[in-house]
Amino acid sequence: MVSHLNHEERQREIAAFERDLERIKDGRGMLMHALHLAQNRFGYVPSDVQQIIADTLKVPLSTVYGVITFYSRFTLVPKGRCDLSICMGTACYIQGAEELLKETEEALGIKNGETSPDGNFSLSSTRCVGACSLAPVVTVNGEVHGRMTVQEMRKLLAELKKEYASQPESDEEK
Amino acid sequence: MSMTFEKLKEIREETLQHMNLRGLPTDRPNAPYRWSVAICMETSCMSSKAREIKQRLLELIERDGKGDEIEVVGTGCFGLCEAGPIVIVRPGETFYYHLNVEDIDLIYEQHLLGGEPVRDLIYPESITEDGYLSYFDIPFMEHQERIALRSSGHIDPEDIREYIAFGGYEALYKALVEMTPDEVIDVITESGLRGRGGGGFLAGRKWRATQASPGDEKFIICNADEGDPGAFMDRSILEGDPHSVIEAMAIAGYAIGSDQGYVYVRAEYPIAVERLENAIGQANDLGLLGENIFGTDFSFGTDFSFDLEIRLGAGAFVCGETTALTASIEGRRGTPRSRPPYSADKGLWGKPTMINNVETFANIPYILLNGPEAFKKIGTEKSPGTKVFALSGKIKNVGLVEIPMGTTLRQVVEEIGGGIPNGKAFKAVQTGGPSGGCIGPEHLDTPIDFDSLTEVGSMMGSGGMIIMDEDNCAVDVARFYMDFIADESCGKCTPCREGTKRMLEILIDITEGRGDETSIPRLERLAKTTELASLCALGQTAANPILSTLKTFRDEYEAHIKEKRCPAGVCKALTNYFITDKCIGCGLCARQCPVSCIKGERKELHVIDTEQCIKCGLCFEKCPVKAIVKK
Repeated sequence: MVSHLNHEERQREIAAFERDLERIKDGRGMLMHALHLAQNRFGYVPSDVQQIIADTLKVPLSTVYGVITFYSRFTLVPKGRCDLSICMGTACYIQGAEELLKETEEALGIKNGETSPDGNFSLSSTRCVGACSLAPVVTVNGEVHGRMTVQEMRKLLAELKKEYASQPESDEEK
Repeated sequence: MSMTFEKLKEIREETLQHMNLRGLPTDRPNAPYRWSVAICMETSCMSSKAREIKQRLLELIERDGKGDEIEVVGTGCFGLCEAGPIVIVRPGETFYYHLNVEDIDLIYEQHLLGGEPVRDLIYPESITEDGYLSYFDIPFMEHQERIALRSSGHIDPEDIREYIAFGGYEALYKALVEMTPDEVIDVITESGLRGRGGGGFLAGRKWRATQASPGDEKFIICNADEGDPGAFMDRSILEGDPHSVIEAMAIAGYAIGSDQGYVYVRAEYPIAVERLENAIGQANDLGLLGENIFGTDFSFGTDFSFDLEIRLGAGAFVCGETTALTASIEGRRGTPRSRPPYSADKGLWGKPTMINNVETFANIPYILLNGPEAFKKIGTEKSPGTKVFALSGKIKNVGLVEIPMGTTLRQVVEEIGGGIPNGKAFKAVQTGGPSGGCIGPEHLDTPIDFDSLTEVGSMMGSGGMIIMDEDNCAVDVARFYMDFIADESCGKCTPCREGTKRMLEILIDITEGRGDETSIPRLERLAKTTELASLCALGQTAANPILSTLKTFRDEYEAHIKEKRCPAGVCKALTNYFITDKCIGCGLCARQCPVSCIKGERKELHVIDTEQCIKCGLCFEKCPVKAIVKK
């Protein structure tokens, strides 16, 4: 994920993305695939990247935008370096996931779906990740933490805050 | 590489030589291994450090040069996810549960080197007077019968050779060499297999319709967009036995005349995607996918070629609906369209397309190899076979279960599930996800099959089964599902887009104490309209969670509306905390209270000022004598 890059680094990433795109552009119905590539590389789908996708796959920019906004996995704003996600599947919900979400919102000072201004944290609620036996479940950059309680959530958040606050902004290799 | 039956058999024999301990039907006495250690490598166990345990064990074996005596296999799901990470030692299928990474050292020293199982780490219910039960004989497994999950736990899903050793790709061979496409479809039809994705449509009829539909290009799609919250059956099959799905899709391709398949899988399942990618690669390498499979130059076929691609979903629940799914594979917004035309006539890119779900496909090789009669022996007359359920919520044995159709809900909850933890009372079982409903205690003896579940106001659905206890509020659960559906409604048709939002608003009003006598009638009217007028199944079934809870728990709705009270103590706006005379006056609650609304002298009864109280529940949690109650 590369949301904090200088100009030169960003150009390199874009060039790499264009090479990826070149490889798939002749396939059928490749727009979703292209957006996954962009989302994974940039942590979101920046507007200039949308234009590149539209030009390469020969679909209208409006279609690209329409598809991005339809699917919750594609985003128009960068995710934080630490991407927290609270599972709101049924099993997690009835085991208290909502409490975890509230706790996290308070601790990070951001709402569900937002990224903190310093780019350190983003918070979202997700549909079932399928780890129902560990409910309630929280994922941190994709890693699953199961059987969470409010107390453990506090502990985890304190650790993450320490870890990410000490990182300089440009240190980003993921 | 092109594959022949001889080569398939050769791989099978060769691989079986070192799979002697894996509970295979064939007995091979001169096997190389003394011990076989299976470690579940499924999402749930992996999150509890299964990978680290495997790594550590491999290090120990490497250190002592025991690689010739002990094999370590990463397998698919054993089922009892609650006990994860799960390690099974064969022979004996000794069941180690809830392991820490350090524990594996002890198992290695004592059990694998010393021959003495480590009693303290063994699942208690498998310990008997004269030894230890095999995992497959514990009470949790007693009523289960595994078809879709037949290889999970036995083979390494990342090694196609082990799948072949277990009889894999023989069904494909049988279909291509011994059967005409029509015969294949006849067998599937005869077996009575119904779609496991929710609708329960006869698979054979779908295959036949797509085969009969004219067109030079046809497609097979596997729907692995398992979106129901609380459902993880398909993920487990893809993680534990991906080849069973690949093989079945190729068989379907032969039967209906298609040379291209797609697996549409959720991006939220990274491990399943990885295993599937790996499996497709291996099948291609061995010539079990691709051009001219089994060199099909025999009696019936001309060449049969079949390619398989993975397409990732991107977090849209509606894409589980077939026309929306098709749109998504085409790279468009996943909005459904009205049917007809059905996918069998105009599906992907306007061509005839056959869509089955993961579990349906996983049954196909079994049916072809064992015949429709064997399949029909299991389950009920109208719903033959088994069904996989993801059992979760307020239940002791959380996990994946596969039961013959016709097993009762009570057997699942009480015997397989082990009952409700913490001595709480059973309240309801929710099946069918957001399209299904809650089934109350009075229907616990309902047999699980497509038609019986519909009769009691729920549905089979894809297989999520969530148990609720007395601490769950029926209205809150209905609100939860409506919140989900309102958020996931694609917005294309008005009844669903607006209807779900309005129903959600009414439910929020009820849970926050603003319900009145018009609330329930308005809900019922909206439910009817949404059901009748929505474009696709998402909208048509959206009101089911409300209707089913209204039917069983109407008194609870009324308590919220008339008495402004939440009997389960879940809806915060309607709940007040009180201290009973059990209070010992320790003062712990008063010190915890963030708004200092608890007063009382030491060693005397304390009182909560309900006006000031913010209902955070801290005092309730902290009270050492449980003197605080929610009303």
